[in-house]
Amino acid sequence: MKPRPLLAIGIGGIVVGSLLPFVWFLITSLKSQGEIEAVPPTWWPSGGFEFYRSALIEHHLLDYVVNSLIVAGGTTLLALLVGTPAAYALARLRLPGKRWLMGGLLCISMFPQIAIAGPVWQILNVLGGLNTHWGLVLPYVTLTLPLAIWILASFFAELPVELEEAAQIDGCSPWTAMWRIMLPLATPGIFTAAILVFIYAWNEFFFALLILTQPEKQTLPVGIALFQGEFTMPWGELAAASVLATLPLVLLVILFQRWIVSGLSAGAVKG
Amino acid sequence: MSGGASIGQMPENRERVTAWAMVMPALAITLAFALYPVVQSLLLSLRRQFLGVPALGDTFVGLENFLLLAQDPVARDAFLRTLGFVLCSTILEVGLGIGIALVLHEHFRGRGWVRAAALIPWAIPTVVASQMWRYIFNDQFGLANLVLYGDEVARYHPWLASPTWAFVIIIFADVWKTASFAGLLVLAGLQVIPDDLYDAAKIDGANAWQRFWHITLPLLKPALLLALLFRTMDAFRVFDLVFVMTQGGPGDATQVLQFYGYKTLFTEGRIGYGTAISVSVFLAIFSLSLVYLRLVGSGLLGKDAR
Repeated sequence: MKPRPLLAIGIGGIVVGSLLPFVWFLITSLKSQGEIEAVPPTWWPSGGFEFYRSALIEHHLLDYVVNSLIVAGGTTLLALLVGTPAAYALARLRLPGKRWLMGGLLCISMFPQIAIAGPVWQILNVLGGLNTHWGLVLPYVTLTLPLAIWILASFFAELPVELEEAAQIDGCSPWTAMWRIMLPLATPGIFTAAILVFIYAWNEFFFALLILTQPEKQTLPVGIALFQGEFTMPWGELAAASVLATLPLVLLVILFQRWIVSGLSAGAVKG
Repeated sequence: MSGGASIGQMPENRERVTAWAMVMPALAITLAFALYPVVQSLLLSLRRQFLGVPALGDTFVGLENFLLLAQDPVARDAFLRTLGFVLCSTILEVGLGIGIALVLHEHFRGRGWVRAAALIPWAIPTVVASQMWRYIFNDQFGLANLVLYGDEVARYHPWLASPTWAFVIIIFADVWKTASFAGLLVLAGLQVIPDDLYDAAKIDGANAWQRFWHITLPLLKPALLLALLFRTMDAFRVFDLVFVMTQGGPGDATQVLQFYGYKTLFTEGRIGYGTAISVSVFLAIFSLSLVYLRLVGSGLLGKDAR
């Protein structure tokens, strides 16, 4: 293959541009307090993992991680549980007003959070959902359902209809056909939707800030946004916390980049 | 999407009942936590109400909040600032996205790794990205100063304390965070363009630029409009970046509409007025998306594609 200088520049630009801030935080997290405060800044860290220890212990990072896992995991489970049958029906069954439903879902995915924040807060206040993790899961499911349903419906739509017709002739109801035949075939789609919903719920900040006001209930983004020290900004601990909050996502992306790409384009362009 | 791909064997009535049963749970959650709140917001924006101070009353005031909003200079500035932010970041993101997509569309060794690298800014929490950029543009320990001025500490610039630079940096951080998402949408559009179009153009003697301009761009139009649509809507909702990096400051230099609405609603507790602001954000996004949907055409809304 002949060398392509433009392509090489593009690749270099993407890799360096994407990773640079992250790498700088990684370096910062491994510095010592003296190196953090050095002006001009130093490039090479020599502090070891001291900031990780204090981020985890003194800044209660582990609690935030557990909270985030509960909320993001709960959101993913519920969104799939509710979204899968809906997507199946929208992709396969006769349903009057189907186009309106799909269009309506698209509208919901563009609500500015603040346009529903006040009333959502009031509903949760009445239901006793403020400062609870399920109180955060419900709005998250609402906001991720459009994405999940669009992705799943486009996966279902691609599977051959003959499979279900055969199943029906054998006496299966649509529920059994979906459960026994379509679900196993749509596993990649379900998995893709799960990853995207999980990432959304892991990263969301606005509702988490409003709904979880007790520090011990808060999720990682809120913890990291409100990170502060007594007198000065604890940049070392913050960098360590950010690296820890980001690592699971970096792993997800490296392992499943192919699925994420196809899921994002299925949810959007294929429609 | 689907449309006609219905299963033929079942009686129509039973199929409908089943379909509704399958959609119902999703519909119920959506109605409760999206539709009801929006209607509620519309109604709240017509009232004068204060958070936690019932003594100040709760009266129906009609469009008064919106009239106030139209005369509020802070809101007007926030609106113009939001428009500027949306315009700059969307154009840069989609432009950069085309570049990213063109690179990722090529075949080369390690493409999966490059794709993963490009996805990382999109995948990490915005709050984390905001802290990273805040640190990079720090007035003393920032990488930006180190790279630009080296040891000349005296020239170190307090970037986020300057109104103009703070605004530019917010845009910059947003572009960094989401250009790859725009890139992915464009990439999906690229992948459906048939190769023989390019082969034919090559035979006719078109150079790379002509092929890009006359084949790629026109056929990319739906994907580009979609990327524009998603990015515009998202840019209108910018919040985390502003909250972490500048809190709307210095002065009001980075106070976008959604942040102003948040402050009015939850820190000042002016429910009626704050909701009017949030409803305006919603209406702005909604009308913009209608324009886009018109441009994209009905293809997006489930016309039978297959």
